[in-house]
Amino acid sequence: MRLTVTHQTVYRFDEPMWGVVQSHRLTPARTASQTVIDWTVSVEGGTSGAAFRDAAGDWIETLTVRGPVTEITIDVAGTVETEDTAGVLRGHRESMPPRAYLRPSRATTPDAALAALAEKAVEKIALGDTLAAAHALSHAITDAIAYTPGETHAQTTAAEALAQGKGVCQDHAHALIAAALCREIPARYVAGYLYSAADEAMAEASHAWAELYIPDLGWVGFDPANACCPDERYIRLGSGADAAEAAPIRGIALGEGQEALDVSVAVEQVQQ
Amino acid sequence: MSKTPRYFNEMFENGKLRPPYKGLEGWARDMPVDLRTMKQNEAEALFRRIGITFAVYGEGGDPDRLIPFDMFPRVFTDTEWRKLERGVTQRARALNAFLTDVYGRGEIIRAGRVPANLVYCNEAFERAVVGIRPPRDVYSHIVGIDIVRTGPDEFYVLEDNCRTPSGVSYMLENREIMMRMFPHLFQENRIAPVDSYPRQLKRTLASVAPPKCEGEPVIVILTPGSMNSAYYEHSFLADMMGMELVEGQDLFVDGDFVWMKTTEGPQKVDVIYRRIDDAFLDPLCFRPDSMLGVPGLMNVYRSGGVTLASAPGAGVADDKAIYTFVPEMVRFYLGEEPLLQNVPTWQCAKADDCAYVLEHLAELVVKEVHGSGGYGMLVGPKSSAGQIEAFRSKIEENPANYIAQPTLALSACPTFVEEGLAPRHVDLRPYCLVGQDVVLVPGGLTRVALTEGSLVVNSSQGGGVKDTWVLAD
Amino acid sequence: MLSRTAENLFWIARYMERAETTARLLEVGAHNALLPNTGGGFRNEWESILRASGTAGAFAAKYGDPVQRNVESHMFFDTDNPSSIASCIRAARENARIVRTALTSQVWDALNMTYQELKELSRTERSKLQLRDLTDWTVRAAALVRGAIAASQLRNDGYRFLFLGYALERADATARLLDVKYYVLLPAVSYVGSGLDNYQWTTLLRALSSDRAFNWAYGGDVTATKIAEFLILNAQCPRSLITCTGSALEQLNALAVEYGRTTPAVTLAEDLHGELKRARIEEVFDEGLHEFLSRFIDSTASLAGAIHQSYLTGRQQ
Repeated sequence: MRLTVTHQTVYRFDEPMWGVVQSHRLTPARTASQTVIDWTVSVEGGTSGAAFRDAAGDWIETLTVRGPVTEITIDVAGTVETEDTAGVLRGHRESMPPRAYLRPSRATTPDAALAALAEKAVEKIALGDTLAAAHALSHAITDAIAYTPGETHAQTTAAEALAQGKGVCQDHAHALIAAALCREIPARYVAGYLYSAADEAMAEASHAWAELYIPDLGWVGFDPANACCPDERYIRLGSGADAAEAAPIRGIALGEGQEALDVSVAVEQVQQ
Repeated sequence: MSKTPRYFNEMFENGKLRPPYKGLEGWARDMPVDLRTMKQNEAEALFRRIGITFAVYGEGGDPDRLIPFDMFPRVFTDTEWRKLERGVTQRARALNAFLTDVYGRGEIIRAGRVPANLVYCNEAFERAVVGIRPPRDVYSHIVGIDIVRTGPDEFYVLEDNCRTPSGVSYMLENREIMMRMFPHLFQENRIAPVDSYPRQLKRTLASVAPPKCEGEPVIVILTPGSMNSAYYEHSFLADMMGMELVEGQDLFVDGDFVWMKTTEGPQKVDVIYRRIDDAFLDPLCFRPDSMLGVPGLMNVYRSGGVTLASAPGAGVADDKAIYTFVPEMVRFYLGEEPLLQNVPTWQCAKADDCAYVLEHLAELVVKEVHGSGGYGMLVGPKSSAGQIEAFRSKIEENPANYIAQPTLALSACPTFVEEGLAPRHVDLRPYCLVGQDVVLVPGGLTRVALTEGSLVVNSSQGGGVKDTWVLAD
Repeated sequence: MLSRTAENLFWIARYMERAETTARLLEVGAHNALLPNTGGGFRNEWESILRASGTAGAFAAKYGDPVQRNVESHMFFDTDNPSSIASCIRAARENARIVRTALTSQVWDALNMTYQELKELSRTERSKLQLRDLTDWTVRAAALVRGAIAASQLRNDGYRFLFLGYALERADATARLLDVKYYVLLPAVSYVGSGLDNYQWTTLLRALSSDRAFNWAYGGDVTATKIAEFLILNAQCPRSLITCTGSALEQLNALAVEYGRTTPAVTLAEDLHGELKRARIEEVFDEGLHEFLSRFIDSTASLAGAIHQSYLTGRQQ
C-alpha cells in the first residue's frame, strides 16, 4: 500500500520565548514492512543539527530555535510504500539488546491489578509459547480498556488507565507493555501513523502501539487499541520504553510563556 | 556491644615501628601539646580561609562545616604503592573495557560470565548510550577505587566509583597545608608530590576531545551549583586547571554543538567534565523536570559533538551488584589475574545468600546496592539488637536492594586525639585517570573514622581526612 | 569570560556598595535623631530613614514603631530585609564563593573575613554594640574589599564588571539619598532654607563622607544649590553622579576595546554621561530636583538593563 503522510505541529507561546530545543524522531526507518519513497521534515527559522541513528534504529535530529520566538511550525510530509508482515519487525537495523526493555518506566510500572490481569491472560497458555502469550495479553488489554478519548492525559500511567478502564492508544500500549513486563517479556512503545479508510471507525492517524520481543521472531507489533497486529496501514516512526521516550517530538521552550499545541495529521492512500 | 576485631596497625607491627613511619615517630612524640593545638587551630583556620567546607546531606546545621583534618599522615612505601598502582590501573582498565562491551556487543554476557539481567535491567544502564563509542573507548575518565588494608600485604577493594568520585581536592589541599605547616617533614622525608594531578586531569580530558573538535579543545566543568556539597571541589579544580566552571544555565545547544554563554557571545565547548548525575544532564533525554541540565546535550553527545566525562551510563560498572564480577572482567578483557582482591560479597537477591545474610546479620556489613556515603548501611558488630532487627525487616522487604560483606578489620593509623596519639581505622581512595594514558598520582584521600573503634570513615558520618604519603625509593 | 561569572562580579560590587549605603543611611538617622524635636507634629526621624531605604512597609509589619534599636536590627542584622547590611554582605560573599576562581585570594579573604566577622557580630550581645561601631565597621569592610579589588585584581574584563557594579550602584545611591533629602527628610516645604534644612544637608554630606571635600571645593555657606551641584555635577566628588557615569563609561569603553566590539550599553552610557557634562545646576533646579533625579534613576536602570543585554545573556548580539 502506498501511503502519504502530512503531519503539522504548531507551537504557540503567549509570550516570546528566548529559545526552543527539540529532539525529533520524525523519520521512519526502512524495514521489511515499509520503504520510504520521499520524506521531508521542515521547520522555518530553526537550525537543525546533532543528528544520528540511535541504537534502536531511529533517526534523531535536534532542532534549535533562537528567540525571541512566539510560534514554531514543524511540517512533516512524505510517501511510504508499506507491506503487511503480520506485525513482525523485520529488516530493521538496530543494536539495542531486547533485555534493555525489561525495566519498567514511570508510565509502565505494573501494579497488582496489571500483574493479576497478565497472570490470568496467560494461565491457559503453554509455558514458553511467548507468541501466544503476547496475543493473549494484547486481547486482555483490549478488553480491559475501552477506547475513550478525553478520559486520560499524557501523564496517565498504565496502572491508572487500567483502573479507569478507559483510555486511548497510548494507554493501551502502556498497559500492554506493563503486562508484558510482568511476564518478563521485553516490551516497548511504538509511535507512528495509521491509515484508515473513510468508512472505518479507527483511531486517529497519529497512532501508538506496542512491540513485544518474541524469541525466534524478534520484535512483533501489537495494537490493543484496534485489536490487531500492525499491517500495511501502519507506518512505524520510532520506539522507546514508553510514550515519553518514543515521542516523535520531545522539546523544551526556554522562557516564561505558556505553550499551546496544535497538531494535524492526515494519512492517505495514493491511488496507483 | 563493641567487639573490635584484631586489626593491622600501620605504624606498629607487633610492637615494632614499621619503617615507613620512622620519620614521623619522633616528630609526633616530641610535639608539645600546646604546639599541637596551635597547629591544629592553624590548619583549621587555613581550611576555613580557603573556604574548603563540606555540607552534610539532610543534616541541616552549619553549611560551612569543615571535614576534620588529622595532621598525622598516612604513609606507604614505594613498593607498597607500586603494587597498589598496578592493581588500581588494572581495575580501571577492566571497568572501562566492561563499559565499552556492555554498551556495544555485550561479549561478556554472551560468554555467560556476567548475567544479562544484572546489566541490562540495572537502573544505571542507559539505553541512550547503547551503540555510542566515546573517544578512545573511555566511559569513566576518573575512577575512584576505595581500598582497605587488612595486613602488611593485604588490600581489598571495597567499591569502585566510575561516575564522578569526589574528594580529590582534599588530597591536594591536605598536602598543601601539611607542607605549609611542617616544611621540615618534607625535607627529612622523600615524599612523592601529588600536585601534578590537575595537570594530568586536564591532559586526560583533552585527550578525549570529540572527533568534531578541531584544534585545542575547550574544556569546562559542569556543576549543579554553589549549593552542592562538593562545590568547593568543582571550583578548586576549575581554578587549578584554568577552565570555566559552568552550570547548566551557562550552556545551550545550537546546531551540532554545545555552547557556553560568555560576555563575548557564544563559545563552543568540546569536553564537559560533569559533576552532575546522569538523571539531571538533559531534560530531553532523562528527567524532564531537571533544571540543572542542558536541553539537547545528549543529542550532541550521541552525535559526537561533545565529550562527557564521565559518560552517562558509566554507573553500571560501579553498581554494588556488578562489583562481584570485576575480577571476572579483569580476566575476561585483559587476560590477567586481578592484582587487587574483592571483599567476598553476598547478594541478597540470591535466596541462598539472603538466607545466610539474615542468619549472620550480627557479623556482617550490609549495604544498599545503590547507596553511598555510608547511609542505609548496617555494621552488624557495632549495632544493637534493635537496629539489627529493624534492618532485617528492610532486607526481607526488598532483598535485591542489599548486599552483605564480612566485617573487615580495617587497618588503623595513628591519629591525634584528645589524649595524644591513638590508632583509628582508615581507608584509601586513589584517583585513577583514564584517557590516552592510564595514570595514578602517588597519593589519594585517606579517610579516618575518628570515633574509637568505628569502621565508618564517611565524612558525612563524622569521618576525617589525612594527608597520604608515598615515600620515594 | 562566562556571562554568569561577569554577573556575579557585577553583583559583588553592587552588594558591597549597597551595604555601605545602608550604613551611611543609618548614620544619617543617628545624626538626625540628635536634633531637638521641633514640635508641631514632627515625626520620628527614623521613619524617614526607613522610607529612604525603601523598607518602611516591611519594617512596620515586622517591628511596629520605629525605635532606634529595632531600626538597627532591621537595617544591620535582619536577613529578612534584603538591603540590610547582613543581607548585602552575605549576598556579596555568596556571589564571591560562586566565582571564587575569578577573584584573587586577597579579594576573597577580604570578603570572607568580612562575612566571618559579621557572623561574630551577629552572635555578640547587642548591648555591647554601638551603632557607630557597626556603621564604621561596615564602611571599613567595604573599603577593604574595594581596596583589595583595586590593588590585586587583573585589569581584565572581570575587573571592568566589578567597577561597573560599583559605578551603577553608587550612582543610584547618591541619586536616591539626594532625593530622599529633598522629599522625605524635610517635614514640610516651609522648612526649605531653615536651620533644620541646612543641618540636614550637612548631615547628608557627612554621611557621604563628603563634608570636608565640599568645604575644600566650595568653601563658605552650605546651600542647597552648591550641595546639589557638588553631588551631581562635580567630577571631583567621588560620589557625584557625573563621576559615577564617567566611571561606568570608562569601563564600558575598555570592554569595547578588549572585545573589539561596541554595544548599545556603550552608547547609552555616552548619552547619560554627555548629558551631565553639558548640564548646569540651574537647569536641574528648573526641571525640578526630584524630577531630574527620578529621570536619572530610570536612566541608570536602563543602562544596567543594556549591560545585561549586551554582556550577561551570552547570546549573539
